[in-house]
Amino acid sequence: MTTNALRGEVIALLKTIAPEVEEGDLVPGEPLRNQVDLDSMDWLNFLTALHERTGIDIPEADYRKLHTLEALLAYLENKQAKRQAPGRPSREGKSAI
Amino acid sequence: MIELKLPSLGADMDDGKLLEWQVKPGDAVKRGQIVAIVDTSKAAVEIESWQEGTVFELLTQPGEKFPVGTVMATLLEAGESAATAERRMRGVPPAAAQSSAQPAVPAPLKRPAAPGVRKTASPAARKRARELDVEIDALAGTGPHGAVSIEDVEIAAKAAQTRPAAADRYAEMRRAIASAMSRSKREIPHYYLAESIPMRRATEWLTQQNAERPVTERILMGALQLKALALALKRYPELNGFWREGGFQPAAGIHVGVAISIRQGGLLAPALHDADKQPLGELMRALADLVRRTRAGSLRSSEMSDPSITVTNLGEQGVESVFGVIYPPQVALVGFGRIVERPWAEDGALRAAPLVSASLAADHRVSDGHRGALFLAALRELLQHPEKL
Repeated sequence: MTTNALRGEVIALLKTIAPEVEEGDLVPGEPLRNQVDLDSMDWLNFLTALHERTGIDIPEADYRKLHTLEALLAYLENKQAKRQAPGRPSREGKSAI
Repeated sequence: MIELKLPSLGADMDDGKLLEWQVKPGDAVKRGQIVAIVDTSKAAVEIESWQEGTVFELLTQPGEKFPVGTVMATLLEAGESAATAERRMRGVPPAAAQSSAQPAVPAPLKRPAAPGVRKTASPAARKRARELDVEIDALAGTGPHGAVSIEDVEIAAKAAQTRPAAADRYAEMRRAIASAMSRSKREIPHYYLAESIPMRRATEWLTQQNAERPVTERILMGALQLKALALALKRYPELNGFWREGGFQPAAGIHVGVAISIRQGGLLAPALHDADKQPLGELMRALADLVRRTRAGSLRSSEMSDPSITVTNLGEQGVESVFGVIYPPQVALVGFGRIVERPWAEDGALRAAPLVSASLAADHRVSDGHRGALFLAALRELLQHPEKL
């Protein structure tokens, strides 16, 4: 998923929980959960939906790294990149067969 | 003959408006089955039948408003002769025989579709659904193999029209809250207690549990606190029940009303049934489902009428402590604040510890501060052994 597609996906999911959210109203660098008024249940629902769409499972210990929308997007991109890298069959793997 | 009446769905509800029937004459009804949807000041409520039988007559029509206790329909009991009933139904269809401005339409059996499930529907039905702004995947069709027909779509669109607009709903809800809370403060002699509960063990245990769980199975602190509260209540039944007709009536089960804020404003506190009996994982799933349905405005009648105590949890975004107003005819309300790190002295040593303020607002006609204090102490103790919850 490209950066823009990921951003669109995240905003769309936020809107399912908080329909009043407009992308233009989100101030970059401001804490996301305060801006969108997400309680712990909303947040869990958001992460569950994100997991369903992208396959990325965010451990609870990483919640604090996801303070802002930008931080969340950077985190997701990083996870995606890491996941794709070991997934490709390596040359050594093929020659061993 | 069984009479299906409009149940009372809370202290502040006098009447309801029928939005749609989900059964038709001749349908078999199981215990707990949803038979109708009724609009109240607070939500569109799914009315459950608490008796088994076969639908005989629908006595109220969609769009009609009627008071609590009105007989909405009659059901035939298992032993009753269906033959006589069927003869009568063939002669004059009872629903059609009713003189009403709005003719009765056989309502489609509508069930919330499992998320992501795409319904069978003809392209024409899908087109009509788009035109009428109906979510087709949420309908259960009456066509072959449950396919959604154009008629199903049109009936659903008509039912949706009879629902009030969001702004009206908000004004109605505000009025309902005003009436219940004024009555509470007028009639209930509240007393208030609070206790700081150390939460290190509970937070560490939960963190460890959640580290091993995928995001779909994680447990929130709110669920853990609910379970501890329900177990503590078992020992203090005078906090779990109702003040009715000048006396206290203990509740049959521990049905915790969970205060859930609505995004557009206002709140509801539907019941989480038998919170003391459910394993923590199941309680969490039930809580998540209750919150989702409350915010979607779709609750069941038993969830509205059964709460025997209320809990309000301000959670992570909230303040340190909360003292609640009891929801009549209940006799107690428990409040949890935000978990905060504070200096804490234990065994002569001072350290930083996560704490939560738990408060009790209780009806002095039923219980006294001494028992209330013992209840909060029991709650504190239970939260020191999270693995047992």
